[in-house]
Amino acid sequence: MENNDLIIHLEDITFGYPGYDPVLEKLNLTFCRGNQIGLMGPNGSGKTTLFHIIMGLLKPSAGKIEIFNTPIETENDFRRIREKIGLLFQDADDQLFSPTVLEDVAFGPLNLGKTKNDAMDIARNTLDFLGLDGFEERITYKLSGGEKRLVSLATVLAMEPEVLLLDEPTSGLDKKTRSTLKRVLIDLDLSYILISHDIDFLHEITDTIFLLENRKILLDQEVHVHQHVHAHPHGAYSHEHK
Amino acid sequence: MFEEPSYNDSIIAHLDPRIKIVTVFFFSIVVAVLNQIPALLCGLTLGFLMVLTAKVSKKDLVKRLTPVNILVGFLWLFLPFTIPGEPILHLGPFPVTHEGVLYATRITIKSNAIMLMMIVLVTTTPIFTLGHAMHQLRVPPKIVHLFFFTYRYIHVMQREYMRLVNSMKIRGFRPKTNVHTYRTFAYMIGMILVRSFDRAQRVHNAMLCRGFKGNLYSLKTFSIKKQDILFLVLATVIVIGLGVLEWKTTI
Repeated sequence: MENNDLIIHLEDITFGYPGYDPVLEKLNLTFCRGNQIGLMGPNGSGKTTLFHIIMGLLKPSAGKIEIFNTPIETENDFRRIREKIGLLFQDADDQLFSPTVLEDVAFGPLNLGKTKNDAMDIARNTLDFLGLDGFEERITYKLSGGEKRLVSLATVLAMEPEVLLLDEPTSGLDKKTRSTLKRVLIDLDLSYILISHDIDFLHEITDTIFLLENRKILLDQEVHVHQHVHAHPHGAYSHEHK
Repeated sequence: MFEEPSYNDSIIAHLDPRIKIVTVFFFSIVVAVLNQIPALLCGLTLGFLMVLTAKVSKKDLVKRLTPVNILVGFLWLFLPFTIPGEPILHLGPFPVTHEGVLYATRITIKSNAIMLMMIVLVTTTPIFTLGHAMHQLRVPPKIVHLFFFTYRYIHVMQREYMRLVNSMKIRGFRPKTNVHTYRTFAYMIGMILVRSFDRAQRVHNAMLCRGFKGNLYSLKTFSIKKQDILFLVLATVIVIGLGVLEWKTTI
């Protein structure tokens, strides 16, 4: 398939953790520039695994990965594409390891070979963009859950990626942080895949919703997602619909 | 459990952290090899003077000196009886030797003197500044990284530990002297180990995703000021002085 807008192309990807049935089997995915995809699926269905395969953190036992129209196989190939694809981890404590916020956000740009001053400028601008100005010298492990999530996002955005992979970015966030996140994603207008169980959120910021089930990705035509308008007797907390 | 000390604004707090590390390092080496009681007492006095200048709070001082001295206390239980030499007094059937008491005294003074200096160092310098200073002093990056990560993730491990303890508590666990208690503690320790291993893996992955190639970069720059040089010269003279004192009393 030759297509300039094609970013990620997975073909027949099979992956299993040793000693268990495969999590993903002959999975196919085509992701193009401008796509904003939501990915849903039961717990343990392999959503995070899929992200880690795309980033080269896990090696599939079979299948082909093509990113930006080039086959990606070795660790060196992956190193190159990690500069263009940003992954936001489920747990912000995994992502933030530097002492201060500024250092953590500057870590990526420094790895890309930016000078110290440039890296600090990028870090500051990214923090400003996320409404986190004044956080530069804060200690990362002392941030609140929502702040940690936004700073994690800043560390990813500071590398100026073309694509974002967001692993349950809204879990555990309050309304305010959730709407900040939404604003940021809309303003950025990047291509992204977003894992979430929050169907309302997915509706607001993605154009397609995929379902990962039975080791494969199902298109949203097969998923019966519906817009719904009705009153909630118990108030406006998040909820699920059958 | 892991409280960060409060940093005051004493003269020592404003010194360049590299100077402080170098000074404490040489002071510790020299004090560790001293043998003469007068020289050792000078070292201890210096330690106390530094603690006073650094305005270390009494609470901090006691909290940090206690563990060292508990260890030293154990040495006092054995050393006076086990080092052969001239007996100066008998406790029941056990003779206390002059050499033994001297030996234990030396260790007590040495460890306290060195510990006092260390206390001054850590209470006047934020931990992260210390790490960056080590980096600038060309301490091997692996050690500096280890230092950073230990400090960063010890909090995460502690939270994980507290979560486990709480989940045990809410299900009515009360430690007693029985197999159930031992097994539960063993499970807990095992769980913490496994979780920290997983955590390490995930952190490493996250770093790889951000282009980590084995280098950590420091954003801090330090500058040597006049008082730093003055302090370094003074400290060098004093440390050499300690050595001279030792040498003189030996002769």
